[in-house]
Amino acid sequence: MQAVRIAGVGSTVFGVLPERTGRDLFGEAAQIAIEDSEVPRADIERLCYGNFIGTLTERQGHQAPLMTAAAGVTAPATRYESACASGGVALMSAVEAIRSGTTDVVLVGGMERMHNVTTKQATKGLAMAADDLYESRAGVTFPGAYALMARAYFVEYGGTRADLAAVAVKNHSNAIGNETAQFQREISLTDVIEAPTVADPLGLYDACPITDGASACVLVSESYAAAHDLNTPVNITGAGQGTDSLALQERKSLTQTPATTRAATTAYDEAKITPDDVDLLEVHDCFTIAEVLALEGLGLYEPGEAIDAAATGDTTADGNCPVNLSGGLKAKGHPVGATGVSQVVELTKLLRGDHINTDAVPDATVALAHNAGGTVASATVHVLEVCG
Amino acid sequence: MRAQRESSYDDLLDALAKADGYYFACPAGHGSLPPQHVCPTCGDDELTTEPLPDTGTVVTFTKIAVPSPAFSGQTPVVVIADFGPVRLTGRFVDELDRLEVGSSVELTIASSPDGDRHICVELASADAVEC
Repeated sequence: MQAVRIAGVGSTVFGVLPERTGRDLFGEAAQIAIEDSEVPRADIERLCYGNFIGTLTERQGHQAPLMTAAAGVTAPATRYESACASGGVALMSAVEAIRSGTTDVVLVGGMERMHNVTTKQATKGLAMAADDLYESRAGVTFPGAYALMARAYFVEYGGTRADLAAVAVKNHSNAIGNETAQFQREISLTDVIEAPTVADPLGLYDACPITDGASACVLVSESYAAAHDLNTPVNITGAGQGTDSLALQERKSLTQTPATTRAATTAYDEAKITPDDVDLLEVHDCFTIAEVLALEGLGLYEPGEAIDAAATGDTTADGNCPVNLSGGLKAKGHPVGATGVSQVVELTKLLRGDHINTDAVPDATVALAHNAGGTVASATVHVLEVCG
Repeated sequence: MRAQRESSYDDLLDALAKADGYYFACPAGHGSLPPQHVCPTCGDDELTTEPLPDTGTVVTFTKIAVPSPAFSGQTPVVVIADFGPVRLTGRFVDELDRLEVGSSVELTIASSPDGDRHICVELASADAVEC
């Protein structure tokens, strides 16, 4: 099986970019990644592309061929859709293509454009990741779904809004200086706790923003990297995907995310590591409670024990295991179809040493990316390691 | 109501409207809701139709301040409650002050302003509330 190396990475600025088309955004991210890789465009054999609601926001289906032209490549291309995990599943397929031995060079990326429609329209589109019959029709929104999980967590394990607020404060702090992040500013615990309620017990600052942006990576086989004398210090050594019921009501537990655990188990096994080996993580913090659930699902904490991980400093930049040094979805932003790839972009830079927050993890060799769709009905986990 | 029925789902809602709700059970005792050809938990295709318990128990709820477009101008409260071997999500249409985790609730049916029929939840001891 071919080892998978990350040859190049790139993201656009994330934020409010209503006038920039999806093809423009993805074209820029792909160009940055391809230039970073020093791989000739002609060598790219496949495009794996993630996007969630472009059929609504841009009235544009069949986006994959469009994005090959934007990237200046002629490779076979497929769009992957798995809600907020669209980028993660595109990445899974890219990794599998290289491991299979059939493909040496893959361009993988994602894009989302949502500020060109009203917030109501974007919200309606994002809500399509829920079960239409049994959730959306009863009024469940995505903040509402995570609020249902947050209240269930508080009832089962305890925890406070202040514990969750510490997650938001941490991730905003991490985003300062990250030039592609949407929010590069500090917020306080008071800011979070006193923010308007979106769906109790969650407030506005417990939620990630609506974001436009794109990310891309060039993945190559180990043999291609060697033959072309590429500088590829970071490997993807583990890749896992998990699935759960779409509707919360079909799950045994509202406080655990088995799709994350299934994805992580596969990824850890492939990489031959345990959760204790992970030096830093980018996890899917679409809401503050989601970061808590992710850390428990990944096995870094027992159920009920990650609620104060940010408040106690365990997961801050100077903690035992920094989480979301990029700012996470909360502050870096969440261009849905791009997010799973953007996590790998950020981790690659952190491990290579060219990220604004690299100094927080100078000796790091193992990183983990966790991307989730819906209320974690879909999840992917990728393990990145610095090559020996 | 929407012009287009959703078979199985609307059949269940029709039954719930007559206080005659049901779920599917597999031989292993897993519960599921229509439409379902096999048990989603174990894949068994021997499903029987069983009556839903008259009351359920609230396991979580939220009051949504920023609603979906279908409930624009409202602050819908959504509940997940256990009804025997199945859980159901519904819009709460009773006195919010009396709602808490552990509350006993019953099911009813309503339509959103855009015509989508959906499951609603009211307190078991409450008088019927128009929704």
